[in-house]
Amino acid sequence: MWSTGPSTESSDPGASGRIHSTESFGTLDGPGVRFVVFFAGCPLRCRYCHNPDTWDPERGARRRVEELMAQILRCRGYLSGGVTLSGGEPLAQPAFAQALLRACRREGLHTALDTAGSLPLAQTRTVLDAADLVLLDLKAADDALARQLTGHGNAETLATLDYLEQTGKPVWLRQVLVPGWTLVPEQLIATAELLRPYRCLERVELLPFHQLGAFKYRELGIAYPLADCPEPTACELAAAKAIFQERGLPV
Amino acid sequence: MDFQPGPWQREINVRDFIVRNYTPYDGDKSFLAAPTARTLELWRRLTERMKLERERNGVYDIDTRTISTITSHAPGYIDRELEQIVGVQTDEPLKRAIMPFGGIRLVRTELDAYGRTMDPLVEEVFKYRKTHNDGVFDVYTEEMKKARHAGIITGLPDSYGRGRIIGDYRRVPLYGVDFLIREKERAKREMVIDVMDSDHIRKREEIAEQLKALHELKELGRSYGFDLSRPAEDVREAIQWLYLAYLAAVKEQNGAAMSIGRISTFLDIYAERDLKRGKFTEEQIQELVDHFIMKLRIVRFLRTPAYDELFSGDPTWVTESIGGMALDGRPLVTRMSYRFLHTLVNLGPAPEPNLTVLWSSRLPENFKRFCAEISIRTSSIQYENDDLMRVKFGDDYGIACCVSAMRIGKQMQFFGARCNLAKALLYAINGGRDVKCGNEQVGPAIPLLSHCEYLDYDEVMRNFEEITDWLSKLYIDTLNIIHYMHDKYCYERIEMALHDEEVVRTMAGGIAGLSVLADSLSAIKYARVKPVRNAAGLAENFITEGEFPKFGNDDDRVDQIAVELVKSFQKKLASHYAYRHSRPTMSILTITSNVMYGKKTASTPDGRKAGEPFAPGANPMHGRDVNGAVAALRSVSKLPYDYAEDGISYTFSIVPEALGRDEAAARANLITLLDGYFGGEGHHLNVNVLQRETLLDAMEHPEKYPQLTIRVSGYAVNFVKLTREQQLDVVNRTFHRKL
Repeated sequence: MWSTGPSTESSDPGASGRIHSTESFGTLDGPGVRFVVFFAGCPLRCRYCHNPDTWDPERGARRRVEELMAQILRCRGYLSGGVTLSGGEPLAQPAFAQALLRACRREGLHTALDTAGSLPLAQTRTVLDAADLVLLDLKAADDALARQLTGHGNAETLATLDYLEQTGKPVWLRQVLVPGWTLVPEQLIATAELLRPYRCLERVELLPFHQLGAFKYRELGIAYPLADCPEPTACELAAAKAIFQERGLPV
Repeated sequence: MDFQPGPWQREINVRDFIVRNYTPYDGDKSFLAAPTARTLELWRRLTERMKLERERNGVYDIDTRTISTITSHAPGYIDRELEQIVGVQTDEPLKRAIMPFGGIRLVRTELDAYGRTMDPLVEEVFKYRKTHNDGVFDVYTEEMKKARHAGIITGLPDSYGRGRIIGDYRRVPLYGVDFLIREKERAKREMVIDVMDSDHIRKREEIAEQLKALHELKELGRSYGFDLSRPAEDVREAIQWLYLAYLAAVKEQNGAAMSIGRISTFLDIYAERDLKRGKFTEEQIQELVDHFIMKLRIVRFLRTPAYDELFSGDPTWVTESIGGMALDGRPLVTRMSYRFLHTLVNLGPAPEPNLTVLWSSRLPENFKRFCAEISIRTSSIQYENDDLMRVKFGDDYGIACCVSAMRIGKQMQFFGARCNLAKALLYAINGGRDVKCGNEQVGPAIPLLSHCEYLDYDEVMRNFEEITDWLSKLYIDTLNIIHYMHDKYCYERIEMALHDEEVVRTMAGGIAGLSVLADSLSAIKYARVKPVRNAAGLAENFITEGEFPKFGNDDDRVDQIAVELVKSFQKKLASHYAYRHSRPTMSILTITSNVMYGKKTASTPDGRKAGEPFAPGANPMHGRDVNGAVAALRSVSKLPYDYAEDGISYTFSIVPEALGRDEAAARANLITLLDGYFGGEGHHLNVNVLQRETLLDAMEHPEKYPQLTIRVSGYAVNFVKLTREQQLDVVNRTFHRKL
């Protein structure tokens, strides 16, 4: 099992965690202007990941919840949205994520959790409960394709989605459209059909694959499997959107 | 239909006229009119002429024979049939005039640069007529010349017009020139004089000059067929009268910044009256505004290519301040505020006039949305904090140049460019000597910090205090000379004729390199900085070991260093006598000269290498603010406006996609950012929502775009750090395909 490594600073595992970076003007991860905390470490290895520098938890700096809260609260006058936990995978540090979400809630800040939901619910349930909104990244509707894309099947993600549906948690479902992988009609239809029954979906965000992360692979000396993958065209994106719209999904 | 009466009828009081008569507007943009056929045709012709101008190396033509004054040239037109507001600086649009009273040498250089020669008659005149520039150099001390040469004090207006004086051009349409003349004559007659000393003599002479200028203004009006002696009777006349008053100023003064004030809400009073009485339609009024703005877009001065290079183009800073709140709590937003901004749509984006929105959290939401929309579309608006300035300047102030607030018609400033505080730090380390100037002793010979391997914060600060004590005095003394001579040889007659006789004067100093200085001191304090010495034993490079907090990350350990530096230098400036009992103030503004300051400055302890640009204004150094825009804005807004009352400039650049997923979100997020920044006492924000052209420019001039950020799904890169190939990729991706 993947872990954050031994805690060195505190006996309370939630008191601190590994952070890749912070963004004080987040406008793309949830509603309004948000403070985004990027967690370090991720159990997935998505072929198209544009943030490979967040994979390794050891690359992150250990930060305490109080310290982050002080930083967030200083920006409060700007945060029309609230706070988003992103990554990396925030659920890979569940105690820390939960402590941070609760601290935000105590301050009356709206919280969003940006996750791939790829960890067992047994570890993540209470963390999901602590967020006001979940930005759930469904890699692929097809389990085999998800495994090919990320090294991990989609069973946990779907279980997470079911749990969010049961608890009535607002969800923005996201999928990255990668030409030749997820941006193919049968996959799009499969995803849309899969999502159709869920009432918890406030929004479906289809995110076009982009090549902006390429240089990070070079810097990190990691092979970049999608180096030659084209970016989606406007036409392909419109067609993809239509497939979801036809099924009454809020894209 | 008459205006609401009030004290404004018995004395010059434009503010009183405005607050009694204006109609606040809180509706949306739906009333706005598209450009008329006439406007489109006129703009097309002007655009063609501007294309010619670019083809001719940026100068369309020069009148080398005529010394420019208010009445020096015959009327000129773009197209007499089409244009609804008339008047150009010479007898032809874009043709530049010579204005030698600031300095004949400079005119010669300018003409040389464009392959022209000085007319012999003009040469002859200036054998006998002394200029501002001659006067200054007659009096400069050796120490001043040295400091100027080394570039620790730079950009001084000692050979060009100081500008930054805003005539109250509204007085001309409101009162007519005859009334203004009578008031000036009365003031001269009633002037109380105890001792006829040089102050009083100068003042009487100045009023005499102002009176002459007012008579010449009437003559200028007559040459275009208007009788400016009487008040304007409708909105067309109001715009025309006001423009001619402004034109008189730019025919006579080649000031660095020739700002126009706060005119839109004033003009709206005439427009509202004419709309009500059916004299003009909305379309006609917008046409008048469009034609007027075209004129402001073609204000031209003859300048050297070096000057243009320093300021990245041919700026005139025709700054117009829009919006803000009245002291009685009503927003000063009118339909005319919208019409002015709408010219950016009707005529396309442009740097001039420099449209400045005075932001208050209490501005109508519709207006905020409209501003955000225009910003995102054109990147042509700057924002300044009305809630902060209103306390100091009331509700009828305007912005001169970029960030300098002043009460209109009641206050002026002596522009002082700026001194290079990053260089001052190197002097503190190197015993007042300048490694960029052959190790010359420019500052006082204080002890060299050479006894330790690593720099000690307290020692450096002690020396820095000594250097800045010296620098602040030298700086103010230098400015005293410059402004004494400017008043004497190049007095702004018409601009000052449109001021009260008793004006408040400030001595506007400035600093460059604040973030370099703050980060350098932070490095010395929190990391270990080892100087690398040259043959003369002076530190010419630094090895910095370890991490240190950097300005722009909302980290008080370094932000408070910056705050203290600002307070301390302002206090030093204020401790010296300034010419005409003016009050020393300070700005943190470099415009684009941050590049030139960087060129003249050796390596600094923050890791900046010799010759590399500084960040502009109060910006953090590029690439060092790693926690996003809000953290950077928070750092900048900590700088105390009370100690930098001449303005704190911050330039913010972002691509539209990074503001939000769709247009509505982008607008809302920009408004949030502005409300947050100004609510947190930030002073000024330049908002660049960058379009394709801007990104292409950024590839060629990365120093102009220190923190252009590309964000996709929570992922950020600094645009100027990408390789050329990546940049091209972003340019293509961002603009050819919508996310």
